Amino acid sequence: MYDFDFDVIWRSLGYLFRDGMTFTLMLTTCAMVGGIILGTLLAMMRLSSYRFFSAPAGLYVNMTRAIPLLLVIFWCYFLLPYICGYVFHELYKISPKPIGDLLIRIFGYQVQDGTPLRIGAFTSSVITFILFQAAYYCEIMRAGIQSVSQGQMGASYALGLNYWQTMFHIILPQAFRNMLPVLLTQTIILFQDTSLVYVLSITDFLGAASKVAQRDGRLVEMYVFVALIYFVICLFLSYLVRCLQSRIAIIR
Amino acid sequence: MYKLFFPLSVALVLGLAAPVAAQELTGTLKKIKDTGTITIGHRESSIPLSYYDDKQQVVGYAMDLCMKVVDEVKEELKLPEIKVVLNPVTSATRIPLIANGTVDIECGSTTNNLERQKQAWFSPTYFVSAIRFVTKKGSTIKNFQDMKGKAVSTTAGTTSMKMMTELNGKEKLGINLISAKDHAEGFLLVESGRAEAFVMDDILIYGLMANSKAPDNYVLSSEALSLEPYAAIIRKDDKSFKVVVDRAFKKLYASGEVETLFKKWFQSPVPPRGVNLNVPLSDLQKKVFAHPTDSGDPKDYE
Amino acid sequence: MNYNWHWLIFWEASPDGQGTYLDTLLNGLQWTLVTALSAAIAAFVLGSIIGVMRTLPSRTLSRISMAYIELFRNVPLLVQMFLWYFVLPEFLPWGLGEDMKRLLPPWGSLVPAVLCLSFFTSARVAEQVRAGIDSLSKGQKLAGLALGLNLRQTYQYVLLPLVYRIILPTLTSELMNVIKNSSVALTIGLIELTAAAHAMQEFSFQVFEAFTAATLIYIIINIVVVIVMRFLEKRVAVPGFIGTKREAVITS
Repeated sequence: MYDFDFDVIWRSLGYLFRDGMTFTLMLTTCAMVGGIILGTLLAMMRLSSYRFFSAPAGLYVNMTRAIPLLLVIFWCYFLLPYICGYVFHELYKISPKPIGDLLIRIFGYQVQDGTPLRIGAFTSSVITFILFQAAYYCEIMRAGIQSVSQGQMGASYALGLNYWQTMFHIILPQAFRNMLPVLLTQTIILFQDTSLVYVLSITDFLGAASKVAQRDGRLVEMYVFVALIYFVICLFLSYLVRCLQSRIAIIR
Repeated sequence: MYKLFFPLSVALVLGLAAPVAAQELTGTLKKIKDTGTITIGHRESSIPLSYYDDKQQVVGYAMDLCMKVVDEVKEELKLPEIKVVLNPVTSATRIPLIANGTVDIECGSTTNNLERQKQAWFSPTYFVSAIRFVTKKGSTIKNFQDMKGKAVSTTAGTTSMKMMTELNGKEKLGINLISAKDHAEGFLLVESGRAEAFVMDDILIYGLMANSKAPDNYVLSSEALSLEPYAAIIRKDDKSFKVVVDRAFKKLYASGEVETLFKKWFQSPVPPRGVNLNVPLSDLQKKVFAHPTDSGDPKDYE
Repeated sequence: MNYNWHWLIFWEASPDGQGTYLDTLLNGLQWTLVTALSAAIAAFVLGSIIGVMRTLPSRTLSRISMAYIELFRNVPLLVQMFLWYFVLPEFLPWGLGEDMKRLLPPWGSLVPAVLCLSFFTSARVAEQVRAGIDSLSKGQKLAGLALGLNLRQTYQYVLLPLVYRIILPTLTSELMNVIKNSSVALTIGLIELTAAAHAMQEFSFQVFEAFTAATLIYIIINIVVVIVMRFLEKRVAVPGFIGTKREAVITS
């Protein structure tokens, strides 16, 4: 039978939470904020009556939702440096000197000679999750915007507000409130999905645990512990979301 | 032959003739100068070359060597301080990450071979290993032919993986290869009974065996497949950086300092468990120190 | 871009001596489909049972079903994958664990992967079945019982046939999810499509080509699934039901 050594968890607790969980939470927060912003913009584009906006947004969302997150993670980690290097290099070539200098200031001299841009592991994973989650947040926000009655839009235009004013002051606040529970549920899924950066050997919570597990040959103890921690956190969060849901339901 | 040594010789000539003028910086050196940081790619479980110790710090022989390279870069760029960023890599990710600029120099257990030289450039060789395999004591597998029809693990992206895949294709052995993410995982597959053998460079197997729960339970094969000269990798066509890296290694080798480092990592107790690997300083190894080479042809090491 | 393009790589021999790199990818595709479809079928059956349990009058059964759903929804898929692969065999009695470990590749990782995906997806299917049953008017169940059908017959002949027709669109997106999620099995050594693309990249260093091909294949699978399911939905749609409004779901 297997000889258990739960002491290994105790010994590595500091590392697991200080290094691992911090990374996981930072990544989740950044991806949530970025994802909701980008997702809302995409949703606005998708609902636009101009095909020039709605078509690319629709294509982006459907394509992103068709491919596995793991593939997106690989894409970004390996290929984003090339793509960014190329894009910013082209931008640099066509833009006037002051903007070009600014580009160099922000992204480094690689903009100048078109070599791949250095994007660290953390930045790369943040970009990955923003790009990927935005497609999912977009669908939620689209439903949220559609849940606000058309009359509000008309009323606000009649008051003389323009599109952006209408969106920011009238429609989006209501859409957010209606969709808050769903957005948060999606964020819990995002929190779970961040564990996939394990494939890049990044030290997130699971990555930290698997490093300890493999070094000490204690896979069973560490993985059970990780599962337990994720379970407790996610259960607690989804409980909070449910409480919030019932409160919002009353207000409405 | 001449062709193989060409990059190194050109690099040396350039290095001696003109210490790169500061305003003419290109490639990695310019990147380091501009950002004040260098990103070192390291391994998770290439004991004792580049791995996590018991405090989750990256240590190892190759890491020590690379820190000397960082010192040399500091001197070259006349920077008082360079921030070192550590980026974990696996066998499968190291070359793409060097190529796409995420990592500036990788210090681990990367074999220098001709095929890889098309993707990246190598520092002078710092260790010579050979591909062998480890089994549990009492296993029926004594040589590579015995693996027929068995489950065998190795690490994704390594020369071992490639060699086993080719062996399988060529000799129709029907070996069931399980690819592991890193060496520790591959070794654990043998420990847990999922694979009967783990094929890898012998020094890495030593390291894993020594740090396993019961080192006496394992046997290393006597049969070896090929020579594996280890070197650090840098971006291809980055001449000025190559000059500095080569110079750092040459200095280390000439001063004999490298032998102190060799003793520290191969002939004294190393973390995490304080085991002494007792690897002798072979003639081959001495030759590599006496005549630094970045050849990727195994023939040059015989 | 600063990259050596080489699109003909797909027709070059891969080092395993079993054909070209294209064959490597197609071989990966085959395992993706095998894994995903077997898991989808198992998840459908299991999820239906758990979902029905959730709506039964028995408190105990309902609680068990709730616990089941929470358990599988609140642990990240990757962690669950590790639990099935690394942890489970250590706990199985009668040497079953040893047998499981001694399964030859790809079965050694395929079996845990299918088990993992089945249970993970079944929790989500269960939620949809439950929501489907809840969405039916109470009268359906009462009418069934009043006609003299017992509870089992009411579910079998009245409720479930309706529910499946209503939730078919969400089941479609679950099918897509399971195909995408099967890529997580690469972490336990299953050479499915994403892993095959990664392996191709390892041997040939043609990162862009490998990942582009995998992405295209996933998009094609997605399109095929959507077309087939849309046809099916049209055939089985319940006239006059809210559930037949399927605009939002098709996109996923």
